[in-house]
Amino acid sequence: MDENTFPNDDLLDKSRRDFLKKVSTVGVATAAFTFFDGSEVLAEVPEYVNNVPADAMSIKLNINGAVKELQIDSRTTLLDALRERLDLTGSKKGCDHGQCGACTVIVDGRRILSCLTLAAMCDDKKITTIEGLATGETLHPMQQAFLDYDALQCGYCTPGQICSAVALMQEAKNGEASFVTENLPVKAASMKLSDDEIRERMSGNICRCGAYSNIVAAIKEVSSKQ
Amino acid sequence: MKPFNFTKATDQTNAVKSLQKDGTFIAGGTNLVDLMKEGISNPSQLVDISRLPLSTIQSNKSGGVSIGALAKNTDVANHPLIRKNYPLLSQAILAGASAQIRNMATVGGNMNQRTRCAYFYDVAMPCNKREPNSGCGAMEGLNKNHAILGWSENCVATNPSDMSVALAALDAKVNILGTNGKIRTINFTDYHRLPENDATKDNNLKSGELVISIELPKLNLSEKHHYLKIRERTSYAFAIISVAVVWEWKGPSMMNPRIALGGVAHKPWRCFEAEKFLSGGLIATEENFKKAADIALKDAKPLKENAYKITLAKRAIVRALMNASGK
Repeated sequence: MDENTFPNDDLLDKSRRDFLKKVSTVGVATAAFTFFDGSEVLAEVPEYVNNVPADAMSIKLNINGAVKELQIDSRTTLLDALRERLDLTGSKKGCDHGQCGACTVIVDGRRILSCLTLAAMCDDKKITTIEGLATGETLHPMQQAFLDYDALQCGYCTPGQICSAVALMQEAKNGEASFVTENLPVKAASMKLSDDEIRERMSGNICRCGAYSNIVAAIKEVSSKQ
Repeated sequence: MKPFNFTKATDQTNAVKSLQKDGTFIAGGTNLVDLMKEGISNPSQLVDISRLPLSTIQSNKSGGVSIGALAKNTDVANHPLIRKNYPLLSQAILAGASAQIRNMATVGGNMNQRTRCAYFYDVAMPCNKREPNSGCGAMEGLNKNHAILGWSENCVATNPSDMSVALAALDAKVNILGTNGKIRTINFTDYHRLPENDATKDNNLKSGELVISIELPKLNLSEKHHYLKIRERTSYAFAIISVAVVWEWKGPSMMNPRIALGGVAHKPWRCFEAEKFLSGGLIATEENFKKAADIALKDAKPLKENAYKITLAKRAIVRALMNASGK
């Protein structure tokens, strides 16, 4: 029998495969999807991001110190606004479902996921992306540490890892706790970051190359100099 | 994502008044934006409440703590009043999601997050919660992560929140603003509901109502507590089973013990009968904890793939109680 006799088989297989992925990853923290399993390409850009309607809303985004005015469809995420409309392609679209951390940026001093943030809700907020970390030609200490410690392989998750790690330094300075912090009732003025603390606090940034041990080393280096 | 009308609320009264029939509130958006991308939630209107002044955490008149519904999960977990007096709540919040998500997510949003049942999340699958009368795919399907308590033929999904398990154990109360501008208060344990014959509703919020704050009752400082979360990896994963335990400590016997389970039902599951057993002046021993765990799970009914959860829940209860008692 010709293998093309049942043209829908592929579709059924794809549908079943997609569903099994959702079941197998139901333990992941936001939705129920995997990413980068080889069976699909990166998440797409919705058509409305670039094809802005006539009655579009107007927003002002303060990004890396510069105010940008944009007309957007209200459905546009901050990640799509950055990448598609402002040519700030450092922030990456990995899963587009808040599971991988590749889209991490810093808003009003805190790391957040730009793929789950509507750009319309960021009006007047201070946004820092990977492009805004260096001072002129001088890299941010965290960027330098990632280079020094070879804390990447393919580099796709790296902008998110670095933005996450930069915000983490401030969280530790503020004495904020993590799940592995002992003695929660006593709030420390500043947290010392053990390897376990770094791993727990960075668990929202997935690295499919598995550069974790060098990522931990890079962050520990910066942390020790704070 | 379907088109929607986006408006910013200027005050809470105006927020509930401006909400249309198919509209919804948005604050952190960590769950809602994802559900909208997947076509599971398709609101015609989003009312942005994120800038309303409802994020204060402060002592309340009865000696407890009041938490504004828009307080970020990170801020609740790290607030000195919470860390000092309700570390169980800090523990539970920090056990959930990632730092980025906790920075975005609010208390009200956390309470209202939807199940992560894979059949609910896949619009090609039947799901009574997403589409009434379409059937329950999980009932005879892949259900190792599903409910063992309080489920119905209509739905076997579980509530995914860690925070809510702690709030259930802490006897919190919920202040809800109605469309008539009046505030009603209910027990946190009455906020979420069981699926019964209508899985579409996760909680007892009426159409257009808005959660505005949580009240934590005054706690005796000499309390024992522990939040235990069992999951497939040690961070950034939902609970298979979680247990929140708290009791007052006077000598060897347990006063006012409370046990709540996560990952077992459509709502955070308080083990009232087991609590009653432990509160009878009993001494905190492993033997008594085992008896309490048996009582807590006596009505559990497994699905095809999740009988293991009954054993796991019993052991988790014992371990959480042992950890809390410092043994």
